[in-house]
Amino acid sequence: MTTVDDRKELIQEVLEAYPAKAKKLRSKHLDVHAEGESDCGAKSNKKSVPGVMTTRGCAFAGAKGVVYGPIKDMIHVSHGPVGCGYYSWAGRRNYYTGTTGVDSFGTMQFTSDFQERDIVFGGDKKLAKLIDEAEELFPLNQGTTIESECPVGLIGDDIEAVARAKAKETGKPVIPVRCEGFRGVSQSLGHHIANDTVRDWVLPKADDYRKLPEGFEPGPYDVNIIGDYNIGGDAWPSRKLLEAIGLRVLCHFSGDGTFNEVVMTPLAKINLIHCYRSMNYICRFMEEKYGIGWMEYNFFGPTQIAKSLRKIAEQFDDVIQAKVEEVITSHQARVDQIIAKYRPRLEGKTVMIMVGGLRPRHVIPAFEDLGMNVIGTGYEFGHGDDYKRTLEYVNDGTVIYDDVSGYEFEEFAKQLKPDLIASGVKEKYVFQKMAVPFRQMHSWDYSGPYHGYEGFEVFARDMDLAINNPTWGLVKTPWEQ
Amino acid sequence: MTDNLDNTIPTPCGTEDPGRIKDHFELFQTDEYKELFAYKRQFEGAHDPEKIAEIGEWTKSWEYREKNFARESLTINPVKACQPLGALFVAAGFEETLPYSHGSQGCVAYFRSHLTRNYKEPFQAVSSSMTEDAAVFGGLNNLKQGLENAYTLYKPKMIALCTTCMAEVIGDDIGAYIATAKNEGHIPEDFPVPCAHTPSFVGSHITGYDNMLKGILTTLTKDKKAETTNGKYNFNLGFDPYVGNTRELKRILDLFGIDHTILSDNSDAFDSPNTGEFKMYNGLTTLEAAGDSINAEGSFFFQKYTTPKSQEFLAKEGGQKTYNFRPFGIRGTDEFLMNLSTITGKPIPQELQVERGRAIDAMTDSQSWVHGKRVAVYGDPDHVITLINLLLEFGAEPVHVLTGTLNEPFAAEAREILAASPYGKDATVWCGKDLWHLRSLLFTEPVDLLIGNSYGKFLSRDTGTPLLRIGYPIFDRHHMHRYATLGYQGALNQITWLVNAFLEEADAKTGVVGQDISFDLIR
Repeated sequence: MTTVDDRKELIQEVLEAYPAKAKKLRSKHLDVHAEGESDCGAKSNKKSVPGVMTTRGCAFAGAKGVVYGPIKDMIHVSHGPVGCGYYSWAGRRNYYTGTTGVDSFGTMQFTSDFQERDIVFGGDKKLAKLIDEAEELFPLNQGTTIESECPVGLIGDDIEAVARAKAKETGKPVIPVRCEGFRGVSQSLGHHIANDTVRDWVLPKADDYRKLPEGFEPGPYDVNIIGDYNIGGDAWPSRKLLEAIGLRVLCHFSGDGTFNEVVMTPLAKINLIHCYRSMNYICRFMEEKYGIGWMEYNFFGPTQIAKSLRKIAEQFDDVIQAKVEEVITSHQARVDQIIAKYRPRLEGKTVMIMVGGLRPRHVIPAFEDLGMNVIGTGYEFGHGDDYKRTLEYVNDGTVIYDDVSGYEFEEFAKQLKPDLIASGVKEKYVFQKMAVPFRQMHSWDYSGPYHGYEGFEVFARDMDLAINNPTWGLVKTPWEQ
Repeated sequence: MTDNLDNTIPTPCGTEDPGRIKDHFELFQTDEYKELFAYKRQFEGAHDPEKIAEIGEWTKSWEYREKNFARESLTINPVKACQPLGALFVAAGFEETLPYSHGSQGCVAYFRSHLTRNYKEPFQAVSSSMTEDAAVFGGLNNLKQGLENAYTLYKPKMIALCTTCMAEVIGDDIGAYIATAKNEGHIPEDFPVPCAHTPSFVGSHITGYDNMLKGILTTLTKDKKAETTNGKYNFNLGFDPYVGNTRELKRILDLFGIDHTILSDNSDAFDSPNTGEFKMYNGLTTLEAAGDSINAEGSFFFQKYTTPKSQEFLAKEGGQKTYNFRPFGIRGTDEFLMNLSTITGKPIPQELQVERGRAIDAMTDSQSWVHGKRVAVYGDPDHVITLINLLLEFGAEPVHVLTGTLNEPFAAEAREILAASPYGKDATVWCGKDLWHLRSLLFTEPVDLLIGNSYGKFLSRDTGTPLLRIGYPIFDRHHMHRYATLGYQGALNQITWLVNAFLEEADAKTGVVGQDISFDLIR
């Protein structure tokens, strides 16, 4: 299975299992990349096919789990029945510093726990009351976000009116987020909806809400880190690198971020965005509204780190540019050591990736730094612009799968026989039962950080321990042929 | 590709070994990162550290507890999940059954992740993937396509269908929709698609368990009622996360020589062997046996508060006697075995009596470490009752007993059990409460041990109370679900965990460099 044609044939074979209509729908989302093509050939951001095991989540997951949840000093209310908030409680590993339950609330789960009467009579009164209760019990909270679950949008509640009234009463932000799970086709719309509420409910009042550090003056090197969720602490080595090259980071939005940092964002010179998929909307808005430019960067693996640092430096003066070269040089010896140790153990190993909206392209170069080849990749909830951006990362013959179903993923893996699959927790144990090494690429499999130079060391170690794991050699029963 | 099954580890070559790699455990404790955090703080708009300390202390007070318990609308850190989780859980125990959740798709992603994180096993389920148009026009088209696709692609023998709150709020008539899907030929007429309404805004995951089990039994037993009984007994464990319990129960029944059907046996679904091949379906209760369960001599249920509707169904439609026992701890197991023997006319196997003696022996050896210790327990109603029974037998004193759902019969039963024991007289039973309530209880009336699921770790950290993880979910300790907590063997396991929790705590408290007091080698 090496050529583009072979792999195209494989896709056709796999599609045979579907009924006609589903086959037609799914066929548009699968392709093989051939050199010189202008896109990846896979349709994206379309409805998942009913009854086919998609890995996707919903708008609520995108808004609460990704964009707002990591803002540590606000109370994020899962508004509706108990489940959505319960399942997404403290599971994403967005690390933060702070005293949980006192001035930080990241690993807590607040819900209105809808009962039948709330469905019948509406939940607005309950919502208003619970904000009062939260205010009383957590006086140091810096505001509230309300993440709506499915029923809220279906019963016609007016959470915006509640939010307005409560914001006035408390003098703190109360942000209504209409991220009901039936909206849109995946988490992605939830990111967009959450971004829009920052535009509509937060930034217009940013000047009123903002608390400036003592003696603060805006400076020429002020930047924001946007779209780093600090999973396993990712944002911290990133911040350290940016500070090392002479920049001043005003805000983390949202990993280890605070509400004050969000309202600091308009003061920066540039938004540096890691997860383009989930946060491009607010960057575009800030560009229009405040003239703040934005730039994507990639801190996975030394090749991309160096490239990104240089690209960032181009936005600034030669002071920063000189520092970037110093920083890259200062890390080179250690990078060489890491690669010298791990590359021989991983050289030529093949990988299939399937993650959310960024990593299916962003981590490819980190694998390549270790001598590994990515032979298949795809997004859970990417859009056309993500697939366009993927082009520069993939090689001829890479299988591209959008919103891949469990069935497709398993069949592709059986035929392509990757040495490693990098995907999510729902996929992990399927492939491990098939004796295929696996790393979770949403949660870093409880490891991390993976961003920055320090993160790359951990990444290299983890890929090695997954692939060169001695238990794979135990799977076969010795007395069975 | 290199064949993973014949893995050889290449010898590292290259230059100097880079040495220890610092991951999140070490990296963020270094001075460099401590400085980074301190510098970042100026942008955070953070409160004064003294104020934070003051409020932190206040949250530990009686005054705070009263405010906390005055909550009427806000739930913080709940002790319950929602209905479909239980529905999927029970469905997975039936032969080649695909759990199907009708509604928006995010729910199923959550259920699958949650179950997977507990068991470290694959969990396969599908959804109707309903979006805005279905919210307006109803989910019929999604359901028809969904059933056809799932049936064709995954080739199940049964699809067990439950609903999400979206489908419930828009009022989808799933019974009629399934009939339409069959009439239009999307799936065969005779293909079983039991269904259950499982709105998330009613009850909890245990309610969903019951609704789905009743739905499955209703479908599979249709027209199966025979003139005579089949000589078998049905057994149901309820929402019991320990696969070891199902296996232990089967061992006990085999020792008795009792012909049985487990409704539902999901022990392999949540603990399948690694053979190098992925097997999608691992439910062990055959559809035939489940259909024939209507003709059993009687049905035993181990979670009374989880299964009222399923019990009613078997009693009414099957004309069966239903029995409720809790074969956990010593006396609970004694009662179950004696009744089982009476009901089936088979003697209690000698082997079990020997096991009983061993468990008592272990308990006696350990009791001095447990007797008189104050304990807080939370979880599902039936689960909590089995734990307080065991604690009382040991002479431990349950102080705070808490569940996430309102259930008056449970509360009455729990209070009666506690009142009947000298060790339970100081206990309070709290229903419909959450872990933030429990936090106040632990600060104002401290205990020596907390028993609950992994979410309790935050409480344990805040209050300094050691946590023994028994329940669902357990995300941060491995393989606990493989053990039994049922029967004498299960009691022995729980006795072991319990005493060792106190011993671990004793070491943690006394292992101080610079003094050798109480840090005993022999305990």
